Amino acid sequence: MSVIQALDIGLAVLVLAVAGWTIAAREAFASVVGYVAYGLLLSLVWVRLFAVDVALTEAAIGSGVTGVLLISAVVRLRRTEVPAAAERPGILLRILAAALCTVVAAALAAVVLLMPDPGATLAPEAASHLDELGVGNPITAVLIAYRSFDTMLEKVVLILAVIGVWSLAPDRTWGGAAGPRRIARPEGALAFLAQLLPPLGIVVAVHIVWVGANEPGGAFQGGAILAAMALIVMMARLAEAPEIRRRWLRLALIAGPAVFLAIGVAGFVVPGSFLAYPAGWAKPLILFIETFMTLSIAATLPMLVIGPPDRPPS
Amino acid sequence: MSAATLAGLTGAALVGFGLYGLLTDPHPLRKILAFNILGSGVFLLFGIIARKGAAAGFTADPVPQAMVITGIVVAFSATALAVALLLRLFQETGRATLDPDASAKTPDAGADG
Repeated sequence: MSVIQALDIGLAVLVLAVAGWTIAAREAFASVVGYVAYGLLLSLVWVRLFAVDVALTEAAIGSGVTGVLLISAVVRLRRTEVPAAAERPGILLRILAAALCTVVAAALAAVVLLMPDPGATLAPEAASHLDELGVGNPITAVLIAYRSFDTMLEKVVLILAVIGVWSLAPDRTWGGAAGPRRIARPEGALAFLAQLLPPLGIVVAVHIVWVGANEPGGAFQGGAILAAMALIVMMARLAEAPEIRRRWLRLALIAGPAVFLAIGVAGFVVPGSFLAYPAGWAKPLILFIETFMTLSIAATLPMLVIGPPDRPPS
Repeated sequence: MSAATLAGLTGAALVGFGLYGLLTDPHPLRKILAFNILGSGVFLLFGIIARKGAAAGFTADPVPQAMVITGIVVAFSATALAVALLLRLFQETGRATLDPDASAKTPDAGADG
């Protein structure tokens, strides 16, 4: 067994142990902390699968932004934990559930072991048109060119989620500043980090979006980093969360899908079909769409994390 | 055993862990967490499909990878909506339970919505 293999096995054991801890931990807060660690370990597994784009997304969104969302929720729900524990199913039911889950996991494991190698693949098709697009990263090509319809609808899903979250606000707070009221103004480390990190974070995010055309990276990963910078500034209260009735906020939320859709419809005129790019124009158009998508992701994720408004508009 | 197969087996086990948490933990927030672990296990199974589809000079098939990236973002929006619903339930009733008989068992505490 080589060193790399030993590391792989160690990583798999660690991921499963932290996942088990997340499920079994007695306190919900410990469970959430376990989940954040789990997400970071999982992105290492993605690196081992040579899926660096996925690893970046998992680390930024699956672990980072989800972690902020869950930690703030778990703190507010702390006093619901004890009543919930009383509803725990009996030992017999739990053994039955464990047996069922073992069967499901074993069936999936059998599928993994019986999978043909090499398996079915669309990689040659993805590769054959990269030159026409002028894009070097095949995943960006799939996201913004070959399967652009999926990506556009996914942006719509994000907006629907924001509408869903906002519509949970009581009538009297509609239009107010997003998120729960914060009384204390944090000092020290958080305020310092909120001043230090954003300039670096913005540069890193722009770099990740720009290189996304040819290297691992892209609008999702860059947008998530920008969202994290916005969140840390709002958490440190260097800037208050925007009021959800503000027009600039709503324009930022829909800019990505709106530009995507406009270029898609323009495709009817020039190359002749929906979401088709005119020859020679693919790369500039892809970068143009990605820029607005990054803006929308950077606006959407913080709105989803901080939740509906808690006070009336001023 | 290759790194891809090992990751696939990890994904299968994660689906089992997540499903168990989803079924047995009564607290809705823990169910949301378990559901996310279940989801990331499914994503990992996609990862091995991508890796086994390595061809044309790529180390992995880009199509399943792009689908996983889309999936992670959609899973996050679903999680955010679920958490917002749960917090609103707590704000309205002072409880966070999926038990339909809970209001009969305990008096309504701290309703302020």
